[in-house]
Amino acid sequence: MMPNPVTNTWTLTLVRIRLAMRNRAFFFFSLVMPLAFLFFFVPVFAKGREQWIAYILGAVLTLSVMGSFWGLSVQLVTFREQGILRRFRLAPLGAGPMLASSILSNYLMILPTVFVEILVCRWIFHMRTWGNLWALLVLVTFGSAAFAAFGLIVASVTNTMQETQMINNLIWTGFLFLSGASVPLAAFPLWIQRVSFFLPATYLATGLESATTNLATFGEVAEDVTALAIGILVAFEISRQLFRWEPEAKAPTRAKLWVLAAMVPFLAFGIYENATGRRLARIQRDFMHLSGEPQQVAPPSR
Amino acid sequence: MGEPIIQAEKLFKNYGAVAALRGVSFAVEEGEVFGLLGPNGAGKTTTVEILEGMRTPDSGLARVCGLDPERAGTQFKQKIGAVLQSTSLPDKLRVHEAIELFAQFYNRRSDTVQLLRRFQLDEKRGAFYSQLSGGQKQRLALAMALVNDPQVVFLDEPTAGLDPQVRREIYTIIEELKREKKTVLLTTHYIEEAERLCDRVAIVDYGRVIALGTPRELKDKSAGTTRIEVRLAKPMTDGALAHLEGVADCREFGGTYVLHSRRPPQTIVALVKQLESEENELQSLEMFSPSLEDVFIELTGRRLRD
Repeated sequence: MMPNPVTNTWTLTLVRIRLAMRNRAFFFFSLVMPLAFLFFFVPVFAKGREQWIAYILGAVLTLSVMGSFWGLSVQLVTFREQGILRRFRLAPLGAGPMLASSILSNYLMILPTVFVEILVCRWIFHMRTWGNLWALLVLVTFGSAAFAAFGLIVASVTNTMQETQMINNLIWTGFLFLSGASVPLAAFPLWIQRVSFFLPATYLATGLESATTNLATFGEVAEDVTALAIGILVAFEISRQLFRWEPEAKAPTRAKLWVLAAMVPFLAFGIYENATGRRLARIQRDFMHLSGEPQQVAPPSR
Repeated sequence: MGEPIIQAEKLFKNYGAVAALRGVSFAVEEGEVFGLLGPNGAGKTTTVEILEGMRTPDSGLARVCGLDPERAGTQFKQKIGAVLQSTSLPDKLRVHEAIELFAQFYNRRSDTVQLLRRFQLDEKRGAFYSQLSGGQKQRLALAMALVNDPQVVFLDEPTAGLDPQVRREIYTIIEELKREKKTVLLTTHYIEEAERLCDRVAIVDYGRVIALGTPRELKDKSAGTTRIEVRLAKPMTDGALAHLEGVADCREFGGTYVLHSRRPPQTIVALVKQLESEENELQSLEMFSPSLEDVFIELTGRRLRD
């Protein structure tokens, strides 16, 4: 078959998976660490409560999926700094297949981790339900692609590995603590909950937690997926435009503002969610369900 | 003669305040092995990378196979093969995987098994890239440059930093390309490489082509002088040696006196007499038949490796 962007993307995807399989760090960060979180958090926080096991599973799945942006940005910057991308530049390839293969290979490598995490919860922690598996799969798919694309933007706007790690740490900390992935959002003051609606991680975390606890309605999942899908489109196009093959090609300072541009859709979603109060109500509902309290939908306070 | 397959016309390129190219022009015919010879920083790599479509000139015209390298995109890249000054691949990529991977990007593909055999990499086919020696990595880079059976091959200092034996192996490979009538643009700062491999050579210095022709034509320009390099126990002024019999030119490079002589025997006799009269001694004396190095010295007053 004659090569085209699709076949080139697939060829690169297979090679990237093969390379990852030969990397011990990949196994540690993508499988060992998420499972370690699961084995630590479930006994400590769930204490045998069915809904909490499912909730913690949702949170750990969020961490696994969000990790995409960290791994991909570091890999792309390493390839650029080592001059590996330069060699690929000589081949009849555009930036598109290089970036798309990063996203696709990352997704295909996340799936086994996701399944192992679900199976561990079912078989070892005796979680009785599977949750909403379809919603879960769709959210993992869109979430991994969105966060991988964010990682590619970080790689495109940073000039050195040090800079990449710094920006990653900054973003990761925000995502980790303000999205509900580590602490249930409902436990935060109201203003933090409102701020969290401007973060893409919130849509993934609330989506996955609602899917594992089987509380999400079709409309709610569709809303989370829409937010992530728009995030993918915007972030992929920005990273394609900013992509640099050459180690010495430095990103101008104004390029860093493009990271903020990728957040524009979430600014719109944040305004929408704050205005309607629907997500706020959803978070309260899920939390009350977890706490075993009667399920009332709290009126959003504006 | 048809349209040249590679054409560089008045290429200018600045990196900030540094002028890397100051009007480089040359043309390469199909089937020719053309060399860009010059010291480090002369502008060879910038020229080649403009022709490969990797850099944008500030002004000037670049054409390869009738296409604009920068704008023609994948159509252009299907036609060329290239070895960069330094090639890097992922450490954990195996040799056969690297060559098969790159082959899959092209419409026209060479037999990768044969390529590995031809470049003596078949025994290393399962080795990781990180496990290869410098010479093996360079042979792999050459093999990868030929996976698409390219019309034009760019080789940017393909033997730099390699030991003499590996360098000779790579010369053999380039000679094979020459026999296959491939168009090759080669950059080098090794005189013997340019003389042995190139049909024509452009000598580049400070971003300009200062001489262009076949190695024979260029050497003929050095007026058929023999280069005599001497080291002395005590330093002498350049002028003293420049007046010896038969000497056309004399320069000093780091304690070595380089004399160009039209009558070497007479020059040596006169040198010995001069040293005796000044109670000086010869530490070493070497003679070289005219080479491109002499052309470069005559044109620039510097040695290529300076």
